[in-house]
Amino acid sequence: MILQALAFYVFAAITVAAAAMVVVSRNPVYSVLFLILAFFNAAALFLLIGAEFIAMILVIVYVGAVAVLFLFVVMMLDINLTELKEGFLAYFPVGALIGAVLFAELLLGVGIIGSGSTTVAGLNAHGAQVMAVDNTRAIGRVLYTQYFYLFQVAGLVLLVAMIGAIVLTLRSRPGVRRQRAVEQINRTKEQSVTVVKVPTRGGV
Amino acid sequence: MTIGLGHYLAVAAVLFTMGILGIFLNRKNVIVILMCVELMLLAVNINLVAFSVFQGNVVGQIFAMLVLTVAAAEAAIGLAILVVYFRNRGTIAVEDINAMKG
Repeated sequence: MILQALAFYVFAAITVAAAAMVVVSRNPVYSVLFLILAFFNAAALFLLIGAEFIAMILVIVYVGAVAVLFLFVVMMLDINLTELKEGFLAYFPVGALIGAVLFAELLLGVGIIGSGSTTVAGLNAHGAQVMAVDNTRAIGRVLYTQYFYLFQVAGLVLLVAMIGAIVLTLRSRPGVRRQRAVEQINRTKEQSVTVVKVPTRGGV
Repeated sequence: MTIGLGHYLAVAAVLFTMGILGIFLNRKNVIVILMCVELMLLAVNINLVAFSVFQGNVVGQIFAMLVLTVAAAEAAIGLAILVVYFRNRGTIAVEDINAMKG
């Protein structure tokens, strides 16, 4: 038990430190790398309380897709780093104030919830029965039956996002020669070949 | 020395506050703002999963998956808009985005 607590504190500390580095880092590339570190440690936190499936999905989706997408865009854009950091400290007082107020409110909420006995009171019969099997199986049993339409809608959201991203970034440059297969196939002999009657000794 | 629900909620609260602070501090850099939004969504996910596990109900993890889906879609669309914006204006400063005066 003490080992689990120790692991929790280590992973939580690294997550929070990496999140802080995402915010204050000067170079966006470093920010992305610290974001990856934060996601890995959050996945470890999920593993500690037994949510293995979400942990693996977090690593695959965030580290494998989203963070790499961020890294790709950061490296593709040629941005002026010094210009972007202007006004970093100008917004600090108001940001710190709002952050402090929000954090105090959140801690108040955590204190109220932590003092109550929600861990046992919220346990319903359905959930207890589901949790008896392993995590991935439990998620699958509920996701593909009770929340099937929600699952489909999630797929639809991803499809719309994919189409939107492609439509936004696709551009047709003038002056680029492309192969147009339809025109090639629909070409007829009359369009491309003309028979010229050449008069004798006249030339074309 | 057992790790309870409160510990996880505290970590999530710290992460969420970091995200808010990052949005305020990096007002010029849209990429870092998007990353801070991702951090806040991660904090929400930690909350959902912690409640799900400590209450013995798996529905919270399904909601966390849906949040993950929406976060991925949002990142893709946001970065696509950013690339188009950079192509048109040559900068990613947020203060110039009000050019449309919509």
